Amino acid sequence: MRYRSLLLGACASLVAASGASAQDATTLTIATVNNGDMIRMQGLTEDFTEQHPDIQLEWVTLEENVLRQRVTTDIATGGGQYDVMTIGTYEVPIWAENEWLLPLDGLGEDYDEEDLIPAIREALSMDGTLYAAPFYAESAMTLYRTDLFEEAGLEMPEAPTWDFIAEAAQTISEANEDVYGICLRGKPGWGENMAFLGAMARSYGANYFNADWQPQFDSEGWTTAVNQYVELMTNYGPPGAASNGFNENLSLFNQGRCAMWMDATVAASFVSNPDESQVADSVGYAPFPCGIEDCPNSGANWLWAWSLAVPASSQKAEAAQTFISWATSKGYLDLVAEKEGWANVPPGTRTSLYENEEYLAEAPFAEQTLQAIQNADPSSGEDKPYVGLQFAAIPEFQGLGTSVGQQMAAAVSGNMTAEQALQAAQQTAVREMTRAGYIQ
Amino acid sequence: MARAISTRRKLTFTAIGWAVGLLIFFPVLWTILTSFKTELDAISIPPKFLFFDWTLENYVTVQERSNYFRFMMNSIYLSLGSTFVGLLFAIPAAWAMAFSPTPRTKDVLLWMLSTKMLPAVGVLIPIYLVFRDFGLLDSRVGLIGVLFLINLPIMVWMLYTYFKEIPGEILEAARMDGASLSKEITHVLAPMSVPGIASTVLLSVILAWNEAFWTLNLTTSDAAPLTTFIASYSSPQGNFYAKLSAASTLAIAPILILGWFSQKQLVRGLTFGAVK
Repeated sequence: MRYRSLLLGACASLVAASGASAQDATTLTIATVNNGDMIRMQGLTEDFTEQHPDIQLEWVTLEENVLRQRVTTDIATGGGQYDVMTIGTYEVPIWAENEWLLPLDGLGEDYDEEDLIPAIREALSMDGTLYAAPFYAESAMTLYRTDLFEEAGLEMPEAPTWDFIAEAAQTISEANEDVYGICLRGKPGWGENMAFLGAMARSYGANYFNADWQPQFDSEGWTTAVNQYVELMTNYGPPGAASNGFNENLSLFNQGRCAMWMDATVAASFVSNPDESQVADSVGYAPFPCGIEDCPNSGANWLWAWSLAVPASSQKAEAAQTFISWATSKGYLDLVAEKEGWANVPPGTRTSLYENEEYLAEAPFAEQTLQAIQNADPSSGEDKPYVGLQFAAIPEFQGLGTSVGQQMAAAVSGNMTAEQALQAAQQTAVREMTRAGYIQ
Repeated sequence: MARAISTRRKLTFTAIGWAVGLLIFFPVLWTILTSFKTELDAISIPPKFLFFDWTLENYVTVQERSNYFRFMMNSIYLSLGSTFVGLLFAIPAAWAMAFSPTPRTKDVLLWMLSTKMLPAVGVLIPIYLVFRDFGLLDSRVGLIGVLFLINLPIMVWMLYTYFKEIPGEILEAARMDGASLSKEITHVLAPMSVPGIASTVLLSVILAWNEAFWTLNLTTSDAAPLTTFIASYSSPQGNFYAKLSAASTLAIAPILILGWFSQKQLVRGLTFGAVK
């Protein structure tokens, strides 16, 4: 008898567990990354649900790599688990071409698509149609400590070169025992060290592939860039730099341990926030360095936008577009400014934000950010058959970039020389590109 | 007669035991401590061990942002559900293998274990498609099925080892007294192997609780357990170590408490049959 009631109880709880709650017809499931701007939006959704009481929002927040694997599996199999997905400028061109995304043609009349910064709008469109709406965007810049530069008698040029950066790193490292002259990404991954190295190589005029899709890791630009990178990291970088990503460098910079840091423009809002940073008062902003004269895009060879898109498998496309229109509108920027202050507004998407005096007054990095984003042109050209700057928007790049990134990390940690790493990278790339049918 | 052990030796062994124990527990302790720090203290160099401004702010933020209770209930449903279904299959299977072995029993046991060698990601797409077609994505029933199948080989193995220790004559005697097969299992075998079953249940619950591949890939919101709760606090841009630690502490708390109270059974079960 006792066993029977136990069994019955267990069965009952299983049945209760299995009753996956029926979804309301207008509940939108939104997949998103965990970063400050996205979390802030989750806190402000009341404003949206008040305007649209018939739409409920269900948030699924995941770590970037988990999110990417999760949404890619779902969209490739037509799983239909999400109505709105947070994706980047890497995915949009590939997914739009595969017809995995719905065109955003129902954002409303007052959305003002023309106000989106042209470089970003271009990166998220195919044949002139927007396939994802930018939530926040970034390019790359140089962040440096004005106090340390002053002490060392250095002045950051308006357009810094890598040679100047190397000299400055040496001077400051020698003068300050507990400060590293430079902090750069070393953690392997296509979106980690390769994002930085892709941008640096391009500042020396080198691309990932030439017009015939031949990998370029054996070119002069890549050789100079990687040699200089390894030298900077080994001589003036923090120990164990091969495992440092954005967050590790952010921690070091915020604790005053880095004199210079070249990374995404979004870093500026973190290092200038006194709640997080011990050096908030003494940060200067300059363009990403150039390796050659008149380097492409004036050094800003990085463009990324976390954007909202509707997968073709969604059954609630209309409601999804209503939400995207709200989240990426001018009105949303005003809402954040009103509730949390202008410094917390998601940056880099709308021209009108950079004409707003209040914003410019509160965000000392605004001008430099806008300049970098405007300079960054990711489109393909004669000598560059792919879309993208710090990445190449082809499906093969994720795997290829990560393998090459591991070789570069091995060079930083001293397991191989820069030349060996480049040679190995070139071999890997040629093999992968041949296998994928780009080259014979 | 027990050998006399000198006090000095006892002290040395106790000290070594504590040192090893603390070393193993240290990452968990550090996570718990970090969860009470501010984000700035969490990343400070040199690290602050006990002397920092203790705050509950991270727990408040985590509570505000996520529905912890829903994630926890899903973890409980999934781990208990998969363990219960697992027992329904594992007990009869282990019984048959222990008491009526065939020449192929050992091969079957090894074959069952070999399924654990397959990397999970290799079958992600087929399983995702099956789940999609049967409408099982983001459902607790579907996940219970997957978790149960993942843990079944280990459950069968563990129970098989315990059952082998029980003399077949006792079951024979029960049969002579007229006990049916179900009575033989429920009234004779089960009570005799309670420690074995208990430790199998505990291990299966812990494995299902910690499973972080399928639970992340096959759920979105309704069936999402604590593993997805933790994943939502890991950030690529921005330092949220203190909040991540608070979320992790909340996620491991139930299993830590369960483990603490049942450590006797767990240790006894895991070492049962180890010394013959």
